[in-house]
Parts: sequence; structure tokens; C-alpha cells
Amino acid sequence: MFNSRSPSRQWTVRRRAKADPVTSVTDVVETNALEKDRVTPVVRRGKVDRVYRAVATLSGSIVFVVMALIGGFLLYRGIDALRLSGWGFITESQWAPDMGGAFGIAAVLPYTVSIALVALFLAVPISVATALFITEYAPRRLRRFLTATIDLLAAVPSLIYGLWGLFYLQPRLITLSKWLADNLGFIPFFKVNEDFGTSLGVFPSSTFVAGVIVSLMVIPICTSVMREVFGQAPPGEREGAMALGGTRWGVVRDVVLPFGRGGIIGGSMLGLGRALGETIAVTLIISPSFDAKWSIVEQGSNSIAALIALKFSESTETGISALMAAGLALFVITLIVNTAASSVVNRSRSGSATEI
Amino acid sequence: MALTLRRRRATEVTTDEKIRIRSVESIDVTVMIGSAISSFALTQLLYETFLPLSGALGYIVVWYALFLAISWIAVRELRGTVRAKDHLARVVVWSGASLAIVPLVLIVLYVIGKGYHALRPQFFTQDQRYVGALSDATEGGGSHAIIGTIQQVGIASLIAVPLGITTAVYLNEVKGRLAKPLRTVVDAMSAVPSIVAGLFIYAAWILALGNQQTGLAGSLALSVLFLPTVTRTAEVVLRLVPGGLREASLALGGTEWRTTSRVVLPTSRSGLVTAVILGVARVIGETAPLILTVGGAFIMNWNPLSGKQDSLPFFVFRLIRFPQESQIARAWTGALVLMILVLVLFVIARAIGGRGPDHIGRLKKWRLQRKGLA
Repeated sequence: MFNSRSPSRQWTVRRRAKADPVTSVTDVVETNALEKDRVTPVVRRGKVDRVYRAVATLSGSIVFVVMALIGGFLLYRGIDALRLSGWGFITESQWAPDMGGAFGIAAVLPYTVSIALVALFLAVPISVATALFITEYAPRRLRRFLTATIDLLAAVPSLIYGLWGLFYLQPRLITLSKWLADNLGFIPFFKVNEDFGTSLGVFPSSTFVAGVIVSLMVIPICTSVMREVFGQAPPGEREGAMALGGTRWGVVRDVVLPFGRGGIIGGSMLGLGRALGETIAVTLIISPSFDAKWSIVEQGSNSIAALIALKFSESTETGISALMAAGLALFVITLIVNTAASSVVNRSRSGSATEI
Repeated sequence: MALTLRRRRATEVTTDEKIRIRSVESIDVTVMIGSAISSFALTQLLYETFLPLSGALGYIVVWYALFLAISWIAVRELRGTVRAKDHLARVVVWSGASLAIVPLVLIVLYVIGKGYHALRPQFFTQDQRYVGALSDATEGGGSHAIIGTIQQVGIASLIAVPLGITTAVYLNEVKGRLAKPLRTVVDAMSAVPSIVAGLFIYAAWILALGNQQTGLAGSLALSVLFLPTVTRTAEVVLRLVPGGLREASLALGGTEWRTTSRVVLPTSRSGLVTAVILGVARVIGETAPLILTVGGAFIMNWNPLSGKQDSLPFFVFRLIRFPQESQIARAWTGALVLMILVLVLFVIARAIGGRGPDHIGRLKKWRLQRKGLA
């Protein structure tokens, strides 16, 4: 039965002693054998195949090596600065490693996180709406067009987003900042320092403006993840909801959104990872500030990535080491956020594949 | 598939009232137009007259909120709460989706409007050698930056594309023991911030190995970002190859290598090309890693292996922060060229990606004809 003419694959039948985890071929059951007498094909590969598998495995392991090297080199270069600052790296808000002064990420990190949160606050509802539109509402032709447009949005360089945000959006956006400060100033996020009054001059280069620009870059990432997960909502339950007289919104609320919840969470977290690491657009927009503050509409903000981009060219050896340490912190944070996100997305994908 | 099924079924129902799921009825249109007009009037009254507010953005926000409220009330009066909720959700989803598209249109138009003044043929042929602080924006060009970008992205793809596709083959064809952790690591790698990739190459290639800032260093940093993009998209493409093709090849006595090289990869070729082009489109605009690695230059440097080089995004990033108007105009021209490059790459990728695996191009047809097969 298993006499193969192939020179490379020779199949022998033997009792199942140990399943060979390498073979992708499913177990073969002899027709008259009992269940416990299942047989496993044993694959003997020719030389070419062994080389092929070795090469593929090698290139796969290069990814592991590169990731380890990134962490390793940042740590190796940053350890001097970390030794110098000790725990101050987390508690200190100033950044003056070149003059022998103290430095730390206590101001830069909260700014980074708040830019990312502003971005997510705007991007998540829009992404959910866009993803729902593509999967549920859009006419067929529009759907293809929209999918392509969202992909294109992801491909537009962040530099161009930054330039557009700086020259076009910011002058228009600060009127909204002023409105927020004037009317919702009792909320600490929208409060501005009264000494300056609320003239338009105090609103550019703020966390809010940077967050809005970053949200534009996050939208395509969130949308594509959510679209994929929404599209996998089980058709049986959709049609069931329809047959029971549900409206389209009813289907969305009771079938698509519950099944897509993992996708919404995971997509948002992927967006968060991207927003935390966004460099150029933030660098162009913000004016660096090293005093953490609650207000998001007032001038002055910062981010780890922008700090590296701005300080890099003017840093001495200690300064570079400190920047490496900051880069390591950013690397670790995005790694954690992203790994959590992909595990959420993957779990929701496998869960939503169940059919009724 | 499921959607066509549903639509056909819906029309086959023979009740008094036909159930239509996707169509827009005339009463909806009437309600929408009516509520748009009345909310506009109300906004005009409230926003301009009674409230001490100003600004176009606030006006639109108030208008939209009033529009939602009025159309909700109108639909509820006409057709009940359930329909009104459905209607409201539809309006919100439509407007959310258009909100995602509007910036793209604005960005493209704005960059064209800012950049075309200084776009002359010599932008592609000259560098900034004879450009002074007071030169006009139309003098000199960005050829050194364009050449730099092409070389850096070219080298990066030479490194990342074979590696990425082989990794995808490992994930999807070899399916070795490492496949599961590898997939997680590739996902994690695609989230590495671009500035961190630049820092890594600066630490490893320039500080530790004692190299200078060169175009090659830039392309190494780019390939760190390129590799996971290619791997992920290529893996998706390989997954689309039907398993029956693989099994047929193996059943005919093909080795695993032959199955991959003669069946799986050719079948998914157009998808792989799309994956690569999309990756290039994304990497070509990366600025942050290049700030740390290529050094930047104002004159042409043909050699990516030695000396500082420029790149188009870095060129734009530096010039935009100059105080002179002419430098800023040059930066916008650079941004326009960059955007056109990305758009062209994207359109090419879409055109290739739209073809199925059974597509026979002109060259392939000619080759088949020569063999007497077609």
C-alpha cells in the first residue's frame, strides 16, 4: 500500500511508537486496523530536501537572532547610562546627560503614552466605523475601493503626514484646542496656564495636535485588523439574526461586535504599539518639553522616539548611551504591547471560526 | 459569497412588504435631506447668534450633532425606535468611514499644491552643489537624494526579500518546530519602532564594528523594518495556495523542494510581487532610521559603501526646518516626488495583485508559443 516510487519519500508502516512532529502529513489509518494500531508514515527525505529545509530553518532563525541582537546591543550600549543614573532613569524628568546632569524618562514617557492615548481615542471609533462600513454597509464596489484606500493610507510616509499636520492641520486644529480650553477648562486635560491667557499662541505643538496626526497613521492599522476579524463573524448567526427580523444594526450589535471584540481590542493595541513608536511626525509637530503636565492642549510635548531623533546629532558619548537606554525602554514597551495584542487577535480569530 | 446568497433569499420572500437590506429608500433620502437642512438652520441660529462661539470646525461639529438628533427624531416618528436606531447607526458608520478617507484626499491635494511650483526637470538631474542660502527654489535639485533612496531601498530589498520569502516558506511550507514561536517573533519584529531600528544599526554596525555612516548602514536599518513586512504578507499569500496543488505534486513523486519551487512559489508569484512592492512603498518613506545612519549630504554620492549619502525623506526632513522660503519650497517638492513614488508603487502593486495565478502575460505567452504549448 505504501510502496512509493518516489526516490525521496519512502513510506514504511510501523506501529505508532512516537509521532514524528516534523511531518506535516496526517496519520494514515489502515482500513482494517483498530484505532490503537494507527500507523504513522515515516518520511525519509532526500539530500535536496534536507538542504532546502535547513536553508529555510536558517533564514527563519535569523529573525530570532536579529531580535535578540536589537535588544542586546541597545542594552550593551545603554548600560553605561543606566548605571550612571540608576533608578533615576525612571524617576528623573530632566534630560541633560551631556553636561553631566541628571536624565530620565519620567517626563518623556508620560508624554509618549498620552500622545498615543489621544491618537487611540480618536482612531478607535473611526476605525470601528470604517471596518463595519467595509464589511457590513458598503456596496460591493465601494468595498474594494475602500480596502485599497485604507492600504494606501498605511503606505503614505509618516513624514508626509507630519508635514501636512504641521502646515495644514495645526493652524485649523488650534481653534478647536482654544475652544476646549475656554469651555472645558475645568477638566485638567484641557486646562492651560492662565498667565498666557488663552490666545491661540499657546496651543500649537501640543500633545493634542501630535495625537491627532498620529491617529491618522493608526487608523489604517486598526481598521485592517478589525475588518479582517469582523469579516469572520459566523454567517449562520448573521443570517439567523436577519431571519428573526433584526435590522442591520441589530446584526452588527448582537453578532458582529461580540464576535469581533477580540479584534477591536487587539487592533487597538497594535495601533497603540505603532503610536508609541511614531517618530518623524511627532518630531515635526512638538516643541520639546521636559516637565510632565496634565494639559494636552497646551504647547510643549515630547516622546521617546522624538527625543532620540532630536538629541541624536548633538549628543556626546554619554548622551548617546542615554539615548540607547531610552530606545531600549521604547523597544521593550512596544514589544510587550504588541505581543499582547497579537495574542488577543489570534485567540479571537480561532474563536470566531466556530460555526453553528 | 454569503452576501449574494442572502440578497437572493431576501428577494424571494413573498410577503406584503419586501425586505430590503442594503437598499436606500426614498423616504430615507427625504428624511436625510430634511434633517440636514433643518439642522443647518438651527446651527446657524444657535452657533452664530446665541452662543459665543466661533470657528469652522466647531460649526461643523455642532451641525453634525444636530443633524444626528433631528434625523433620529424624524425616523422614530415615522418608523419606530428600532428603525431609528438602525438609521442612526448607518449614518454614524457612513460618516466615520468618510472621515477616514477625507485626510488622504486633503494630504494628496495639499502636497501637490505646495510642491509643484519648484518641480522642474532639473530636480531629477542636479544636486544641491551650487545652491546657496539665497538661491531660488527652482535652482538645483534632489537627484542625489533620489539616487540615495533608490540605492538604499534596493540594497535593503536585496537583503530582506529573499530572507523574508524563505522565512515565509519556513512558516507555511516547512512548518518546522520553530514555526509557532517564529510567527510571534515576526509579529513582534514588525512592531519595532523605526527609530529603534536606526539605533540598533548605529550601535551594532557603526559603533561596535567601527563603520562610518554610509548608504549601506541606512539600507541595513531599512531591511530590519522591511523583513517582517515581507514575511507577514508573503505568508498570507502562501497560505492562499490551495493544499490540493501541494498534495498533487507530492503524489506525483515530487520532492518537497520541487513542490515549493515549481508549484507553490509560481502559483503565488503575483501575490509575492505585490507583497514586495507594498513593502518597498512602506520602506521608501522611512525617515527616522536614516537620520541616525546615512548622515545626509548635499552633493551626489554614487557609492553607498563609503561616505555619507542622502535620501529623499531625510532631504525633506532637513530642508523643511530651514528658515528660508526657498529651502522649504524645495522640501515640499521632495515630498511631492516621494508621494508620487509611493502612489506609483502602490498602483503597480494593486495592478499585479489583481491578477490570478492563471494569468498569462505577453512574455509567458510568447515563451509557451515557442515551446508549442499554446
